[in-house]
Amino acid sequence: MPEETAVFSSDGTKDGAADGTSVQGRSLGRIAWERLKSDRLALAGGVVVLFLIVVALLAPVLAGLVGQDPETHHEDLINPLFGTPTGSLGGISGDHLLGVEPVNGRDIFARILYGARISLLVGFLSAVVAVVLGTVLGILAGFFGGWVDTVISRVMDGLLAFPQLLFIIALVSVMPNDMLGLTGSSVRVFVMILVIGFFGWPYIGRVVRGQALSLRTREYVEAARSLGAGRFYILFKELLPNLVAPIIVYTTMMIPTNILTEAALSFLGVGVKPPTASWGQMLSRAIDYYDSDPMYMVVPGMAIFITVLAFNLLGDGVRDALDPKGSR
Amino acid sequence: MTAFLDVRDLKVHFPTDDGLVKSVDGLSFQLEKGQTLGIVGESGSGKSVTSLAVMGLHTAGQYGKRKARISGEIWLDGTELLAADPDHVRRLRGREMAMIFQDPLSALHPYYTIGKQIVEAYRIHHDVGAKAARRRAVEMLDRVGIPQPDKRVDSYPHEFSGGMRQRAMIAMSLVNNPELLIADEPTTALDVTVQAQILDLIRDLQREFGSAVVIITHDLGVVAELADDILVMYGGRCVERGPADELFHEPRHPYTWGLLGSMPRLDRDQQERLIPVKGSPPSLINRPSGCAFNPRCPYADVPKDDVTRTVRPELTEVGGRHWAACHMSAEQQKRIWAEEIAPKL
Repeated sequence: MPEETAVFSSDGTKDGAADGTSVQGRSLGRIAWERLKSDRLALAGGVVVLFLIVVALLAPVLAGLVGQDPETHHEDLINPLFGTPTGSLGGISGDHLLGVEPVNGRDIFARILYGARISLLVGFLSAVVAVVLGTVLGILAGFFGGWVDTVISRVMDGLLAFPQLLFIIALVSVMPNDMLGLTGSSVRVFVMILVIGFFGWPYIGRVVRGQALSLRTREYVEAARSLGAGRFYILFKELLPNLVAPIIVYTTMMIPTNILTEAALSFLGVGVKPPTASWGQMLSRAIDYYDSDPMYMVVPGMAIFITVLAFNLLGDGVRDALDPKGSR
Repeated sequence: MTAFLDVRDLKVHFPTDDGLVKSVDGLSFQLEKGQTLGIVGESGSGKSVTSLAVMGLHTAGQYGKRKARISGEIWLDGTELLAADPDHVRRLRGREMAMIFQDPLSALHPYYTIGKQIVEAYRIHHDVGAKAARRRAVEMLDRVGIPQPDKRVDSYPHEFSGGMRQRAMIAMSLVNNPELLIADEPTTALDVTVQAQILDLIRDLQREFGSAVVIITHDLGVVAELADDILVMYGGRCVERGPADELFHEPRHPYTWGLLGSMPRLDRDQQERLIPVKGSPPSLINRPSGCAFNPRCPYADVPKDDVTRTVRPELTEVGGRHWAACHMSAEQQKRIWAEEIAPKL
């Protein structure tokens, strides 16, 4: 293991530290970044994730480049008898790079681009909700202990045992179409972010609580106390830095799970509403055409697969890079 | 007028499932500014719990358990700490009293540079800018003998050697000029060659700042030269207390004899063996009746009527400022020391 410590001849001798310029601390962040750079799979995952983010941000521009948008119907490309696209492989052509949808003939390429927005938006923001809730509540539970810990831990147990899929299906059916100035799919996206995040925080909360529990008795925490540090100083300056690594790791692992949950919810018809594009919803429609137009199922399926795989590879790499016992 | 640090009948009891652990059970001592007190005893004698109680940190690490029961009085510079508002005591920590820990690597935060940690310690109590605080950190590192302090201030704890870490820890503890410094086994985790340097440093700094120092150790050698007074603890109580010279030249308690006998010395004949204290430390839940040391004491039968097993000996003055808690008469103590113990040491 390449331990990045400066070596001195012996304690207090001047010659060891004479070339003081070479003595430079390396922060954990830098060490982790250097490890990550040498992990090719993680880098590949990272590149794909960056690519996806760019694609999601530039979806209208990219769709415009090929002269398509996600909601225009192209009924002329549909076989009126079967409802499937004319031409081979689901109607792939120079105009429609990934073909068109059955029945209404919407451009699949444009819909995939716009679907990336929904997937990443829900994936990231629900992870943010979960991380913020989980970190704050977990650290409070672990640090203060007593009844604070009892209450928070029982809530986490309850949420982990809660059937979230059934809950969200029931919630959507009683939810108004307009709220907080949002309408249609925006309401659904907003609710999905909140609900996925809310059901996700106990996972990270448990990890943070356990870490805080073991960190609070460390001697440097006691040393900080002995110097007059207050509770909040200890919470945020002494404990939190040690929690950054597990939090980052859990966040990168949580995003793909959330993307899958979003796809599942849209698949079940409680996610975003058509005509707004979502990968899960496309997959759901594609089931009806799995034998006559298999490409319609393959394309969104591959999009989900690649996205989740890329996030998972990146997450694994980040975990290895931040592991102090890692040997890379 | 109370002493600068005046601990009176301090008791720290921890309720556990097995019973009440009486870690400290009626301890009193005084310490003036500029003086050094060495608290000596084996593991589990209550040395560290005493220091934590003085700092108001005895509840630390008490996660979710029943709280420690503490009673008695701790006066620091005219303020009673046990009854004081915890927030007030917190403000005293660092500024009025500070602590040096046994293992500097685990007592320094691994994520921050040495300088950053000293700066933070300083800024808890002083409203100064980042630059001034950094200058102060460099100055302190220089004072504790770290070479190139202006460069090393940006190093992380893992880049320091053990001795340098302890120096940095001392710099951090002293950055606010505390008047009471408690060093809990400051040299135990260090190399023998570095131990002397650190002890010298503590002594120099004490002379410079005129603070009161409590050194807690299981090693009589550590306090031999450093301490003005020595307090020997056994099973949560003081068994002997007195000026260091007296304690070394005419110790009265058989346990102190045992500690002296088990201390390796260079001037001793190589053929002679160390004389260990037989047996193991007493249970702090079911303390032996009478004198807590009686099961291990070779002289338990010297006093008449089995009194060592039935009556707890009180601390009695056996000389000028010299106290011991033993049932043997002063003559018996002196005779056994002079005839049986001293010649073997």
